[in-house]
Amino acid sequence: MTAPLSATTGALPVDPTATRELSFAEALREALGQALEADERVFLMGEDIAIYGGAFQVTLGLLERFGHDRVMDTPISELGSAGVAVGAALAGSRPILEFQFQDFATLAMEQIVNQAAKIRFMFGGKCSVPVVFRAPTGSGTGGAAQHSQSLEAWYAHVPGLKVVQPSNPYDAKGLLLAALDDPDPVMFFEHKLLYKVKGHVPEAPYRVPIGKAAIARPGTHLTIVASAIMVSRSLEAAKELAEKGIDVEVIDLRTLRPLDTETIIASVKKTTRLMCVYEGVKTLGIGAEISAMIAESDAFDYLDAPILRLGGAESPIPYSPILEKAAVPQVADIVAAAERLAKKRV
Amino acid sequence: MTPTTHVTSDPDGAPASQPVNPPRAFSVFSAAELKTALKKMYLIRRFEEAAEEAYQRGLTYGTMHLSIGQEASAVGACLPLGPSDYITSTHRGHGHCIAKGADPKLMFAEFSGKETGYCHGRGGSMHIADVENGNLGANGIVAGGIPIAVGAALSIKKRGLPNVALSFFGDGAANEGAFHEALNIASIWKLPVIFVCENNKYAMSTSIERALSVKNVADRAVAYSMPGVIVDGNSVIDMADAVMAAMDRAHAGLGPTLIESKTYRLRGHSRSDRNRYRTREEIESWAARDPIGRFEGDLIAHGLATAADCIAIREAAEAEIAAAVQFSNDSPLPSVDHLLSDVYTPVEAKP
Ligand SMILES: Cc1ncc(C[n+]2csc(CCOP(=O)(O)OP(=O)(O)O)c2C)c(N)n1
Ligand SMILES: [Mg+2]
Repeated sequence: MTAPLSATTGALPVDPTATRELSFAEALREALGQALEADERVFLMGEDIAIYGGAFQVTLGLLERFGHDRVMDTPISELGSAGVAVGAALAGSRPILEFQFQDFATLAMEQIVNQAAKIRFMFGGKCSVPVVFRAPTGSGTGGAAQHSQSLEAWYAHVPGLKVVQPSNPYDAKGLLLAALDDPDPVMFFEHKLLYKVKGHVPEAPYRVPIGKAAIARPGTHLTIVASAIMVSRSLEAAKELAEKGIDVEVIDLRTLRPLDTETIIASVKKTTRLMCVYEGVKTLGIGAEISAMIAESDAFDYLDAPILRLGGAESPIPYSPILEKAAVPQVADIVAAAERLAKKRV
Repeated sequence: MTPTTHVTSDPDGAPASQPVNPPRAFSVFSAAELKTALKKMYLIRRFEEAAEEAYQRGLTYGTMHLSIGQEASAVGACLPLGPSDYITSTHRGHGHCIAKGADPKLMFAEFSGKETGYCHGRGGSMHIADVENGNLGANGIVAGGIPIAVGAALSIKKRGLPNVALSFFGDGAANEGAFHEALNIASIWKLPVIFVCENNKYAMSTSIERALSVKNVADRAVAYSMPGVIVDGNSVIDMADAVMAAMDRAHAGLGPTLIESKTYRLRGHSRSDRNRYRTREEIESWAARDPIGRFEGDLIAHGLATAADCIAIREAAEAEIAAAVQFSNDSPLPSVDHLLSDVYTPVEAKP
């Protein structure tokens, strides 16, 4: 099945009869259930994903439907589990490994970066590693420095990996099914603050293509490029900005690698101003890549103002809520930065 | 339950630590020291209850991992340690912290994200550290503290100090690579480190039966040529005795010991746990083995405290935690202006 996307804008389909709503977590669960049903090579691994249903309840109820052979609790052994997933994928299975938090995938970097990402290339294209690594990301839950990181740019730096980061329930389901179809390793990042967010999700399986951004809001004065929770924050900011006469276009990246450069370039040519909003640390983050990409492209000549990056603070995520909020872009920060950018001229 | 001290392996042929009768702790520690240990158990219990109350009243942020039921393990293991001995702790670290001598005021302020807390509100429940008193911190990463303790022990050895490093960790942590690598390094370099695995039967929802390749975590000691000792973790005295034996070994230059403290957490894993993986009967059977009542019984039986002493100690601990909560409530939040101030250590340029 192909994705029901508008071919020109990549925007979500508008179906007035479509009223079925699921939360982001439920959408993921539905995708996992449908994948387990459709393909017996698929199985899930992770810490506390069976009876507990996962730390964020994404896999709740799947044990009861598919049993311990397909919904496997692992010991707390991230490196080993990641390697087992890689090996199983090489040997013909379709594993989906859940890291309880993205922070703990750092313990598995060896298998993800040295093995999964490179095996196909090193072996001269003789095989693929069809594995999906899922992980909750981001701050906003009081998890402090070791449970709140946004390290997606690390993975996006690695050729051989694909990096996906949905912003809404519809994309969560469609991108997860697309990730499962993909023959190569996919890092699938789920922002914790999105799990309870509700949205329209069709029941039948569908795919949202990897590598295609969406225009979450069309606009004419300024382009904001964002992903995950920063999409909804940017959309909220766009509403406020509209009242101030600034018409913002919001691009939802959906995939960080491969980057949909075409959509971003086209938007910048139209609006002539670019702002990158992301939760990961600003320096050397995804916004740095997008800025550089635009600077190198023919869209550069269209820019009416310097590119602006609004990223995470140059610090670990602090515990105290007042500091935690200050460490990542909030709606008010986006509004203020966009106002500055709209007034600027090169 | 009779205390069991059991050596699964001792390849160096060093004297095996056998159950000592009467326990050594009673001769080593004064009545006053043992009563302080009881007070620390009550401080831990009340601290955890106050944390839980704050959560129920919607006053807390983030998650928390309570150690109610595991007080003896923390207090017994830390009883023989001095301020210059190191510990590393875990996500379930409030008890270790109090046992090592931390001030509950500064802990509760940290738990509440206040500027006056141990980490100025930067760390929160999972990262409380009291470095001046040898507590190298709780840890949000399972098994993260184990190699760090080995490193502290290496430094102790290099500096020729008479101290030890003790690492607390859970049964779940024993399945991380960090555990295995750390034990091997500690063993080949004969470092003064004590590994204390608090086996409370579960890592979150995953029971040891489904996650551990051996019956006891202590059985893994044989692979790293060190003694593996199983202790009744709900007994302060048994824990203290086992750690003293491990300290003797470390001081004699014989290297590390793996102690497995068999205990149980009476609360859920964290604040969002629905306890779907264990039975009410199991929880109640362990609640009946409450380590605090047990230690009070020990003290009274040995004529080291009276029932009235125990009540007074409990009330003093309750008052101290109430004051800690008040201190925290009265404390200011951190200032956003200082968000970046502790990322790096200020360095003065050399001329
Ligand atoms: C590397 C890593 N993996 C997973 C987690 C999530 N997690 C936190 S505590 C925990 C269970 C730990 O079990 P155990 O070591 O037995 O300690 P206990 O909670 O029982 O005290 C898990 C899975 C983590 N914090 N770090
Ligand atoms: Mg445990």
